[in-house]
Amino acid sequence: MRQYFGRKLFIYGLTFVAAVTVNWVIPRFMPGDPVASMLARARVSQPEAVEAMRVYYTNLFGFDEPIWQQYLNFWGALFRGDFGISIYVFPVPVTDLIMGAVPYTLGLMIPAVLLSYWVGNRFGAFAARRKLLDNTVLPVGYVLTATPYMWLAVLLAWGFGVVAGWFPIAGGYSFSLTPSWSWTFFVDLLHHWALPFLSLFLVALGGWAIGMRNMIIYELESDYSNYLAALGAPAKLIRRYAYRNAILPQITGLALQLGVLVAGALVTEIVFSYPGIGSLILKAIQNQDFFLLQGSFMFIVIGVLVANFIIDIVYVLIDPRTRTGMAGAQA
Amino acid sequence: MQTRARILIPLLAAGLAAAACTGGGGTAAPTPATSQAGSPPAQGNAGALPRNETLYTTGTQWGPPANFNPIREWDSATGTKGLVYETLFHYDPNAGKLVPWIAESGSWTDDKTYEAKIRQGVTWADGKPLTAKDVAFSYGLGKMETVPFHNMWDWLENVEAVDDQTVRFSFSEANYQEWDFNLYSRVIVPEHVWSGRSEEDVLNGVNENPVGSGAYKYQSHDQDRVVWVKRDDWWGKTALGMEPKPKYIVDVANPSNEVAMGMLLQKGLDLSNNFMPGVANLINGNFGITSYYDEPPYMLSANTAWLVPNTTKKPMDDPAFRKALATSVDVKKIVEGVYGNLVKAASPTGLLPQWDQFVDQAVVSSDGFTFNTDEAKKMLADAGYRDRDGDGLVENKDGSKISLTIEVPTGWTDWMEAARVISSSGKAAGIEITPEFPDFNALVEKRGKGNFDLVINNERQLSSSPWTYYDYMFQLPIRKVQNTTNFGRYENKEAWELVQQLDKVKTDDVEGMKEVISKIQKIHMDDMPIIPLWYNGLWAQASNATWKNWPSAAEGAPKHAPAMWRNWMELGGFETLTQLQPAAG
Repeated sequence: MRQYFGRKLFIYGLTFVAAVTVNWVIPRFMPGDPVASMLARARVSQPEAVEAMRVYYTNLFGFDEPIWQQYLNFWGALFRGDFGISIYVFPVPVTDLIMGAVPYTLGLMIPAVLLSYWVGNRFGAFAARRKLLDNTVLPVGYVLTATPYMWLAVLLAWGFGVVAGWFPIAGGYSFSLTPSWSWTFFVDLLHHWALPFLSLFLVALGGWAIGMRNMIIYELESDYSNYLAALGAPAKLIRRYAYRNAILPQITGLALQLGVLVAGALVTEIVFSYPGIGSLILKAIQNQDFFLLQGSFMFIVIGVLVANFIIDIVYVLIDPRTRTGMAGAQA
Repeated sequence: MQTRARILIPLLAAGLAAAACTGGGGTAAPTPATSQAGSPPAQGNAGALPRNETLYTTGTQWGPPANFNPIREWDSATGTKGLVYETLFHYDPNAGKLVPWIAESGSWTDDKTYEAKIRQGVTWADGKPLTAKDVAFSYGLGKMETVPFHNMWDWLENVEAVDDQTVRFSFSEANYQEWDFNLYSRVIVPEHVWSGRSEEDVLNGVNENPVGSGAYKYQSHDQDRVVWVKRDDWWGKTALGMEPKPKYIVDVANPSNEVAMGMLLQKGLDLSNNFMPGVANLINGNFGITSYYDEPPYMLSANTAWLVPNTTKKPMDDPAFRKALATSVDVKKIVEGVYGNLVKAASPTGLLPQWDQFVDQAVVSSDGFTFNTDEAKKMLADAGYRDRDGDGLVENKDGSKISLTIEVPTGWTDWMEAARVISSSGKAAGIEITPEFPDFNALVEKRGKGNFDLVINNERQLSSSPWTYYDYMFQLPIRKVQNTTNFGRYENKEAWELVQQLDKVKTDDVEGMKEVISKIQKIHMDDMPIIPLWYNGLWAQASNATWKNWPSAAEGAPKHAPAMWRNWMELGGFETLTQLQPAAG
C-alpha cells in the first residue's frame, strides 16, 4: 500500500514541478512587454516620466533580475502562497483575485462533475438492453456528448435567458444585490448558477450515460453473467454484478475527463460572464498579466492533481483487485 | 465492500459540496461589511437595489475594478473621476465652451497668469470644505515625476492659493489651448487626505473609500461591478442647480457583446457604451432601445480612426506615395460593409464634426483627397512607382518590391475587417498590403518602437481644441519609444512650430486659431503624414425601460454626450445623468 501511494505521490510531484515550470515559462514567451503596454495605457509621453515609471514597475515586478533568479523567486513565493501583484488589476494581489473567483468555479465544477457522473452512470446502466430507452437515450447521449460546451451554453443562454427570460445571462448574482447571508441572496445565487451548471452537466451527462450503457451490455454478455443466468439468478442481481464491474473503467474515465471538464467550465464561465477562474484567465491573457495567469493556472494544476489523487484512492477502495495486487507486491 | 464504495461516493460529494459552500461564504462575508460601512441600502428589500432608482451601465471597465485612484486615469474604476472626484471645469462640446464646475470662473489676469475663483460651499464627502488650497495641492501633485500629467510642469511655474477662494497659476510659457484641456481634465483631491501620501502611494495606491467632492460616493464593488450611491449633500444641487437622478449607479465590467446585448434586451442594462455590431436593427426595431440619431450614423462621433504610415520606411517616407495610399482606401466600403453605417467617413483633415468650423474648405478642396482607384494609380505612376514585373503591383523606384503590412490588434473584429478592406482596395490600386493581426501588447510594443509599416489608431478623443489632434500628429522630437503621439515618426519642424504656435493662441480667439490651423492643414494635406479614415462612434445604446429622456438629436431632448467612458464624464456624461427621468411615473 505504501509503495503504491509512494509511487503515485512521486509521479504527482514530478508533474507538479513540470507544470510549475511550464507555467512560469509560457507567459514569458508571449510576445510583447507587459510593462511597456502598461505604460502605453498610462498615456505618458514625457521621456523622463516614462523612464521613471518603467524603472519603478520593472523593479516592482522583479523583471530586472536575471531570469534564473526570477525562476527561483517564483518557487520561493509559491511556497509562501504569494503569487505577486496583478498587472492589469493593479495593485490588487493575485491571491485576492483568485480567492474571489475560486468559490464560483468550484461551486460550478464540483456539482456538475459529481452529479453528471452519478446520474449518467445510473441512467446508462438502467437504459442498457431496454429497447425503448436505448433507442432514445443513446442518440440523445451522442448528441449531448458531441456538443461543444460553449455552444450548448450559448443556446441555453439564448433560449432560457434572452427569449424566455427565465434566467439571468450574466454575473454570479444580481447586479442589484450585495452579498449577504440572506435567503434572497442565496436564491439569487442559485438562479444565476443554474444555467452554467446545466450546460456543464448536460454535456458531461451524455458521455457517462453512453459509456455506461456500452459497458453494461459488454458485461451482461460476458461469461459470468451467462453463467449466473444459467444458474437461475434474478436479472436484477446479474445487473448489479455487471454494474460493479462496469464502473471501474468509468472511474478511470473520470480521472481523464477532469482536465476536459475544467476547460469546459472555463469556456462556460466566459459565455455566462460568470465571475470564476475562467473569466479571470481570459482577461489575464488578453492583458498579458503574467502573475494572474500563473496564479490561475497554478490553481487549476493543483486542483486537477488533487482530484486525480482522490480518484486513485477511490480506485483502491472499490476495486478489490488493486488491493490484492498491492498486497501481493508487498509480500 | 461494495456497500462501502456506494456510501463513499455520495459522502465525498457532500464533503466537497460543503467545502465549496464554506469557501463561497468566506469570500462573500467581507463584502457586506464594506457595503454597510458605505451606506445602508434599502434594508427592507434584503439589500437589493430598487430597480427604479438604479442606473445600470457598461462599456468602460475591461476588468474588475482595480483601484479608486483618480490619478490613475487609465485604469481606475469607472466613475472615480466624474462621479466621485471632480474637475475645475467641464467642457461642453456643443457650445465649444468651458462650463464652470468647482471653479466659479477663471480668467487670464495677464499673459502668463491665470486665476480661478473657487465656489463657496463646495464640500468633500467627509464634510470639510473644498478650498483653493486643495486645488493648488492637486495641481502640485504633477511635480512628482511619475504622475502622468508631470509634463504640465514644464510650462507651469507655480500654483498658489491666494485666499480660500482664489488660485493663481503662473506660467513660464502660456499654452492656452493645452491649459483649457487641463482645466477640465485634472481632478481635485482633498489635501487633508492626500497630503501625507508618498509619491508611490499617489501613483500606485488603491485609494479605498475615496473621499471626493462629487455627487456620488463609493458603496461596494466586486469582480464584475462597482456600485456608487448618490450623496444627498452634494454641493452642486444648489450651486449648479442640477441633480443626477439615479440614486445608485452600477457599472458592470464589460461582458461579451452577446451578453451586453442580451442584458439590454432583458432591461437589465440602461446604458451600454459598447460597440455592438448590428445594433441598428435593434434601434430600428421595436425593442425600446435608442441611440443619439435614429438614422445613420446613429452615434455621435468620439474620435478619428487614422491610418498611420511609418514615415521612416520606404516607400512611406515619400509624401507622393502616402497621398496615393490615402486616395486608394475605400472608406465608404468600411463604413457600409464593416460598420453597417454606424460610423461616418472622416473629412480629409480628420477633424471631428464638432470642429467643423476649423476646417479650411479652400485647403481641402485644393489639396484634399477622395477615394478613387484610378486616380491613385495615376498618382503612383506620376511619382515613379511603376509595375515592372507585370504582377499588377507597383515596385519601388529602384525596382525592389513593395510589400507592406497593416497591423491591427487581434480580436478587434471591426478593425480586422477594415484592415482587409484597406488591403484589397490598396491592391486594386497596385499597392501590396497584407493584413496582420498581432496580440494587442505586441502591437503596442512594435508601434512604440517604430517597427511597423501601417497601423490603425484612434487614441485621441474629442477635446476642447483641435490642438490635441495636431499635437498627436506632429509632436517632436521623435523619441526612442513613441508612446502616445506621432507613431509614424513624421519629422516636420515647420509643422511642429505651427502646432506650438497654435497652443499659444488664446482659446477665445477663434479667428486666430483658424489662421494657424489652416496652415497646419495645408501641410497635412500636402504631406499626408497620417491618413484619416472614419470617425469612430460614441457608442451608446440606451434602454427606455427604466430611464428615459436620453440624449438624442430629436427636438427637446438633451444634447449631451451619453458616455460613462473615461474622461467623458466632464464632456457631457455627467450632465446626461442629471437629465434622466424615471420611465414610470
